[in-house]
Order: sequence, then C-alpha cells, then structure tokens
Amino acid sequence: MNGARPRADRNHPTPPAVSRLVVSARYFPGDEATKPIAPLETAMPALVIAAHGSHLNPGSHDPAFAHADTIRAAGAFEEVREAFWKEEPSFREVLRTVESEEVYVVPLFVSEGYFTEQVIPRELRLDGWDVAEWDSDGTDADHVTLTADDVAKTIHYCGPVGTHESMTDVIVQRAESVTGDADVGEGFGIAVVGHGTDRNENSAKAIEYHAERVRETGRFDEVQALFMDEEPEVDDVTEFFESEDVVVVPLFVADGYHTQEDIPEDMGLTDDYREGYDVPSEVDDTRIWYAGAVGTEALLADVLLERAVDAGADVGNALDLVRQRTRGTPTAGD
Amino acid sequence: MNDTQLQALREAAADGVSCDGLRAERTGEEYTFETPEATHEDLDEAAFDALATENPWLVSNWHFWAGASETHAAYCRWVEHANELDVSERYEALVEGLSREWGELLVTAGLGEDGERVYELRHVDDADMEPDALALHDNPLDAREIATADEDGRYRPLKTAPTLQRGWRFAGLDARDLVQTVEFFYPATVANWSREREGDLDVTHFRETADRQTGIYEVVDELDAEGVENLAAACCVDSQCLKRREWDEDDETELDVPRGDGAFPCREPCSLVIAAARQWAILESEESRTYEFELTPSEKNQIEEIVGAVAEGRTDEIREADVADGANRYRARYLRAKRTDEDGDFENVVERQ
Repeated sequence: MNGARPRADRNHPTPPAVSRLVVSARYFPGDEATKPIAPLETAMPALVIAAHGSHLNPGSHDPAFAHADTIRAAGAFEEVREAFWKEEPSFREVLRTVESEEVYVVPLFVSEGYFTEQVIPRELRLDGWDVAEWDSDGTDADHVTLTADDVAKTIHYCGPVGTHESMTDVIVQRAESVTGDADVGEGFGIAVVGHGTDRNENSAKAIEYHAERVRETGRFDEVQALFMDEEPEVDDVTEFFESEDVVVVPLFVADGYHTQEDIPEDMGLTDDYREGYDVPSEVDDTRIWYAGAVGTEALLADVLLERAVDAGADVGNALDLVRQRTRGTPTAGD
Repeated sequence: MNDTQLQALREAAADGVSCDGLRAERTGEEYTFETPEATHEDLDEAAFDALATENPWLVSNWHFWAGASETHAAYCRWVEHANELDVSERYEALVEGLSREWGELLVTAGLGEDGERVYELRHVDDADMEPDALALHDNPLDAREIATADEDGRYRPLKTAPTLQRGWRFAGLDARDLVQTVEFFYPATVANWSREREGDLDVTHFRETADRQTGIYEVVDELDAEGVENLAAACCVDSQCLKRREWDEDDETELDVPRGDGAFPCREPCSLVIAAARQWAILESEESRTYEFELTPSEKNQIEEIVGAVAEGRTDEIREADVADGANRYRARYLRAKRTDEDGDFENVVERQ
C-alpha cells in the first residue's frame, strides 16, 4: 500500500484515463508552508450533479445520490459530487470541494428556466454567463464552457437532464418499470405529466417535447401531455384516452408532495394519499399505471452522462456500462 | 519503509527532497541524506540506502505525504498535529492514534503498513466506546445516510447542526477516503478551512448575499440590522450550527452575536438562514402594536418559559408530570383552557395601534 494513485476499489474504480503521480521536489519547511512534494495531477475531470434538494423532505436528495453512485461505479470521472440549492454542499461552494481542474456541471432539473438559467449560473459564479449561449428555444440547451470566479477551474455548464432527448427513453423505461413489461406499448396510452405554470413557459415545452417524441416512436396507442396547473389537466386524465390501460409518468426529479400527494389525489387514484393507491388503479373504467417521478428511474444516470459527453467529456465506456446496468440487462461478458 | 518507497526517494532525490526534517539530494552519482540530527554528504547509492534503512520513518513519512494532494495533505497533517510533533514523536503516537475533533466528528490517524496512515472516524461522544459496539463502515458514501437523520429519525436539513447521530464508525480509511467521508458529513468544511489557513477565505456578508437573491427570496434584503442580529442569534450560534460564523452584516458592520468556536468557518449565510431570513423579512414588515389582556404574573412567566423551552429544543425533555415546569404540556393545556377561546386565541384582548 502506498500513496500512489490511481487505484481500483469499490469507491474509486480504475478510471479509463490514467492520472499520473508526479514526483516533484519542493522544500517542505514548516507546516504552514506545507506543500505536497508530489501533488496529484488531476487530469481527470469531475462531475457535479446540481439538484434542488429540500429543507423539509429527506427523500428529495435520493435521486441525486442514486444517480451519482451509478456514475461513480462506472468510473467515468475522477470525482462525482452532488450539490443542492437547499442542501449542502451548496451550488455556491461545491466547486471548491472537487480537486479536478475541469468540472462538468449537469442540472438535475426537468426544464430550462429560472434555476438552470439564473440561479445555478449565479451561485456557481460562472464568469460571463449569458443564457443566449445555450441558444435554446426552451428545450434544446446545450453547454457552455466558462470559468468560475472563486476557483481556477474550467466549468462546462450543461443543459438540464429534463430537456435532453434521451429523457424520452427514460420516460419509456419508467413505463416499462411500472408495468413490469419490457414491451409495454400496444393497447396502452401514456401520459407525460408536468407541473405547468405560467411562471415558466419552458416547463410545458419540455413536457410537450417528450410527449411528441414518444408519439413519434409509434410504440403506444395514445400519447398525451398533461399538467397540474394548466390545461389539459391531469385531473381529467381518463377523458383524454380511449385505451383501457394508461401509464402516467410525471416529469419530476424526486417523489414528494406533487407526485405522491397532489397527482394521485387529483387523478382519483385515492381519496387520501396517506392511504396509498394501487398500481394499476381503476378510474372511470381505465386502468391507471401511475409511475411516480421519472427522476427516480435508474436510467436517468445515462442522461446525466450524456449531457457531460455532449459537452466534451471523455467517459470511456461508462455510457455503455450505465445503460446496461440501469436497463437491468446483464453487462456484456457477464 | 519498503523498497517502493526507497526507490521513489532515490528518484525524487535528483530534484531534491525535503520533508519534516528529511532532506535528500542527488548530484550526479553523489547523494546527500540529512536527518534532523545529522547531514551526510558525498554518499554512493549503497550508503544512501543504508541511511534510509536506518531512518525508515523519515522515508515512509515523506513518501506518504508525497502521494497526498495539497488539500488532503494540509488536513491530514493537521489531524496528526504535524506542526507540533516531529516525525519520531508522531510515529510513536500514531501507534495509539492521534486525534482531532471536527464538529461532532472525532478524526483519528493511526499507523498502517510501512509507515502509511490509516484513519478512523466516529462521533465525538463515542470516543470511549469499544470499536465492536459501533456499526462499522468503510464506504465514504455511507456518511450521507448517517448524516440525513438525527438520533430520533428526524431529517437534518443543516449538515452542521449539532445533531449528528451516534453509534457508527468508519475504519481503515486512507487520506482520500477520510476527506471524502468528512466532506459527506460536513460538506465544503475542509475546503473552506484550508482556504482560511492560507488566508484567502472568501467571506460573503449578509447584505451581499441578500442583494443577489431573486424570486421569492428577493425580499430578504429588507431585513434590517437588528433583524440580521436576531437572525444570527437564532440560527448561527454553536447550539444550532457548528460552523464558526465569519460573515457579518457587511464588511463594516460586525454582529454582536458570538461567532462560535467551531474548527471550520462559515463563509456566507447558508440556504437555511436565507429561507429563515425571508420569513422574518416578511414578518418584520408589520409594525408593533400594544395589546391589553389579563395574565397572572405566573402566567406571564409561563409564556416566557414556553418560548424558552421551544427555542432551546427542550420540550421533549420536560417530564410528563413535571407540572412545576411552565412548558409542561399539562400546564400549557391549563393555560389554553383558561385564557383562550376555541380557536386558541387569547380572550378579551384590547388592541391599540
């Protein structure tokens, strides 16, 4: 055992690229002046997953933790760190917690808007951030490379998971998970549900974008975008479908008040969320397969990685590994 | 010391090595080997190796720090009191373990194979517990779960609140895992502590933080100076948060509230403080009024006791039948029955503008 890295173990799988132990020789006088004689060259970048978190609900951070762990296990980055608006490390301080000089930041948010365009760039202190550089109409944010004011690091700030095209696959995967049928589609309708709000028109755009992409696959008999706060409303879900079976997938990151209390009660799955509901539940002669927040689907880790890859990250074979693992199929060679 | 360490030292000597009293240099085929006691010059490789073998701690000590990153090295050297103890003192003490408190964490450095360090982490109140009595962890990621809820299972939205649950320990950690585990318990504390030691902690004061808020938090900057003082007294003292507050109202206006004695600094009002500040900014937009209603002197005292008990988080400790305590549940129910109406409002209140 020695201090040389990299090494391979459960927490720090061997990275695909090799970081080097550089043995330099600087004077090492008193403790105040202590500099490592051989600073670790952190050639590998870090990934920061920027999520909302909660002061009240402990489950809010679960998806961020779970997806971060999936990506850690795939060994794609030297460091992976979760950061939160409401928890710690804050967006404000997360960049100083990673040692890498190059950091990919991917927002674990469902739409482009207030958080992804104002709050996160501001709190990360991204120098020269201008939302115009994403060149997005609300659903096609890409990435931008900037520096942060408080750390000497290169920051690749990526669009949110929610508006990446691969999110459509996660919605479909969620339908497979909740029905337990890898071929679900025929005879089924699917509703993609969003908050919808007049505060942010992009919120609805993301829902409609994915509903349209699911529709284009032709896999489900019917596809509908529904909303909590605007028409067409999720309350009337059965009115929008003729299929006897309808999968309802809320485009939310974490399960919480909206996905576990509001939507189940609004759709009539239960009179009181505390009593729970069946999957499927019968409402007006329609079987509703309520999936809960799409953000809890394991495959979402794939979208986080894809965002980083789109921004130029070299993740080796991690995308394949993550897809294989989160789709429940055996890893090649197993 | 092992062969790998010795070979690394020989190679590094070409550029000169200096660490904790060890100095090694090579010019051409000639080596220099210096210990705190003596300097040996004009050595051939065999003589150099022999001296290294006689001073294994100095060599393995150098090699260990050579492999650590800057932040990890600074923190881990602090953990083992490197600026107070020389190498031989440290190696002797490391056998038993050298410790530091970090919030409610007890960080202990011990001696691993060939002079390497291994670290243990446990709750400071579990210092005297037998290792077997604590649940053993070796994966830093586990710290996230432990840090999420307090002893009673309640959610801890503030990681540095002094409510960390006990009963666990992390053992066999290397330097990197140690820092990672500490950072999962107390995010960004090592980074900010490190910056502070280097004299470049970037403090953001309340006004600056309040001014950049948008959306529902835009109102936060309306909290006045007295409000900021009360905010810090409510949220930022040691009984509520283990960070040492380094921010003030602004860079010219220090708050009177004690900063705290924490090992690690708080460089900016956190999201919890900002969320609370929003609430108070809204509430403080009301003007004070004068209310007249009747209480006995004991009832007035009792209300003060209730406020105190809630503010100190003491309500769970009040014994069921301790009716001498004004914040006792039966006492509060009696007061409610006597003085309030069915909605819980005080009766016969006269309000003056």
